[in-house]
Amino acid sequence: MSGSDSDNAVAVTGLVNRFGSNTVHEDLNLEVRRGEIMGLVGGSGSGKTVLLRSMLLLHRPHAGEISLLGTPTQSLGRAEEKRLRQRMGVLFQQGALFTGLTVKENVSLPLWEYTPFDAATIDDLAMLKIQLAGFPLDAANRYPSELSGGMVKRAALARALALDPELLFLDEPTAGLDPVSAGAFDELIAKLHKLLGLTVIMVTHDMDALWATTHRVAFLGDRRVLAVEPIDRLTHNEHPLIESYFGGSRTAAWRDR
Amino acid sequence: MHMQPPTAGLDWDEDRGLILCSGDWTSTGLAAFNRRTLQALPPKRSQGWTLDASGMTRLDLTGARQLHRLQERLEARGEMVLLGAERPDQMDGLLAFTRQAVSERQPQPRAPGLLERIGRDTVGRLQQSGAFLSFIGEITLEALPRLLRPWTIRWKQLAAEIQKAGVQALPIIGLLAFLVGLVIAYQGGETLERYGANIFLVELISVTMLREMAPLLTAIVVAGRTGSSWAAQLGTMKITEEIDALRTLGISPYDMLILPRLMALIVVLPLLTIYADVLGIVGGMLVADLMFGLPTHEFINRLPEAIAASHLWVGIIKAPVFALIIVGIACFQGMRVQGSAESVGRATTVTVVQAIFLVIVADAVFSILFNLVGL
Repeated sequence: MSGSDSDNAVAVTGLVNRFGSNTVHEDLNLEVRRGEIMGLVGGSGSGKTVLLRSMLLLHRPHAGEISLLGTPTQSLGRAEEKRLRQRMGVLFQQGALFTGLTVKENVSLPLWEYTPFDAATIDDLAMLKIQLAGFPLDAANRYPSELSGGMVKRAALARALALDPELLFLDEPTAGLDPVSAGAFDELIAKLHKLLGLTVIMVTHDMDALWATTHRVAFLGDRRVLAVEPIDRLTHNEHPLIESYFGGSRTAAWRDR
Repeated sequence: MHMQPPTAGLDWDEDRGLILCSGDWTSTGLAAFNRRTLQALPPKRSQGWTLDASGMTRLDLTGARQLHRLQERLEARGEMVLLGAERPDQMDGLLAFTRQAVSERQPQPRAPGLLERIGRDTVGRLQQSGAFLSFIGEITLEALPRLLRPWTIRWKQLAAEIQKAGVQALPIIGLLAFLVGLVIAYQGGETLERYGANIFLVELISVTMLREMAPLLTAIVVAGRTGSSWAAQLGTMKITEEIDALRTLGISPYDMLILPRLMALIVVLPLLTIYADVLGIVGGMLVADLMFGLPTHEFINRLPEAIAASHLWVGIIKAPVFALIIVGIACFQGMRVQGSAESVGRATTVTVVQAIFLVIVADAVFSILFNLVGL
């Protein structure tokens, strides 16, 4: 049984990523424990997106090993990869909802693909996931172009949760939201984590979200992970890169509270 | 190396009143479970049941909802369902959430009836016609001042559009016109030869090409080639808010994007038609020479006698009208795109279909008109 073989939901070891002569990651290591909410921060160009895409198996790294939910992904067969993907959910920054489908159809799509349930059951489960993400049910038949930014994020979250993943990736979940919606989204993530026992990996620049939701935060810089600490400790880390990141006027207020 | 995940199991013990749930009650675990088992209900038992989840290895929201449904259906039969003491940690939270979520659901609005759909469709079509009229109005409003002061025309853009819609279409239109000329000569030639009237191939080819085939063929190719690309381009610009960006800069999208295209096609389509005329006749001439013993010089000599100038003009005069149709529909559909990638695809398809349809209708109308005035 996969649950017992490792306490790590994600283990990245010796990751190397290069684009031409530009080395993005050099011997990068990161471990995310099961059931924790891990934040992923770093300046622009520090390779957060590439790391995320590597973990999502969307980008093949040059070297290194990525293990997801106890499964090494280096030489994964197509069927195994598919099975692994069912256990992961992703919320993309722009939502990436399928524009030609309504919200409910977006959420139903993975259920139609992967489960043998009948239409009524799938409809019922899709509605449940939509409610879980805090998306208003009476708007479930709208198309993505008819939604506000906060609603898009919730709809996309509902789709990410469609197959009850064990591992949830969030790419800038609160970017572009007003402070009230962003705060509500933080609460939602915390609630989901508690209810479903999810492991969450969250790339974010949002200090409020880091303080409100994460258990530990990994700081990317200098082509590797410089530190993995709870946010209150990380903000006082004396590494020059980390210090300058959290010393900026927008983030310092948080550190000095 | 990978084990199949344990599937969910459902069984009951009627004597002790136990419903036994085992294995993974998760979306993957239940997926392997067959649907009929999922809908199975234990026999009636008036004392009610206890849900024994001690054998359950995992539970997620999908599983919790299925348990909840089982519970709902048993309770609907008037049987109580209690939860066994030994159960997964998350079970209470998941069931509580499920229960609350389901109780909050409103009844879904009913699907619209036939009458309502007909009504909505009619209103939609009327609105579209209205929108098309206002679209034509806006273009006219933008075009008139420009045409009165030609030095304000965006010549550079006009030239670029002429290059793309005209020059780059030369090979395909040339080839098609040549082939059509070839085919007409070949098909007509056999019949004419039987009467020894080979010489009338000149009339057959030139009149068909000049009056009908060349303008029609050119317009259809341009509608498919240029019209679709313009609709898609404008549609995408609409989605990426580039059109709105232009408006906020005080530049009218009609002036910047549509007018140059309109003028370009009005210039280009007649020219392409003449080009297609020439290549079609060349194609026919070739077949007349090779298959039906009508030498090229004789063919050319006869041409001026065979065709009145009106045949040429009748063909060319149609081209700007076709151009108006194509640009009007392509830009109108492009500007109507809303929201999604699918909408761009729809606009492109509608453009090609409507443009070709209307070009052919217009051609038929022209035939009748020309017939009436005796051309």
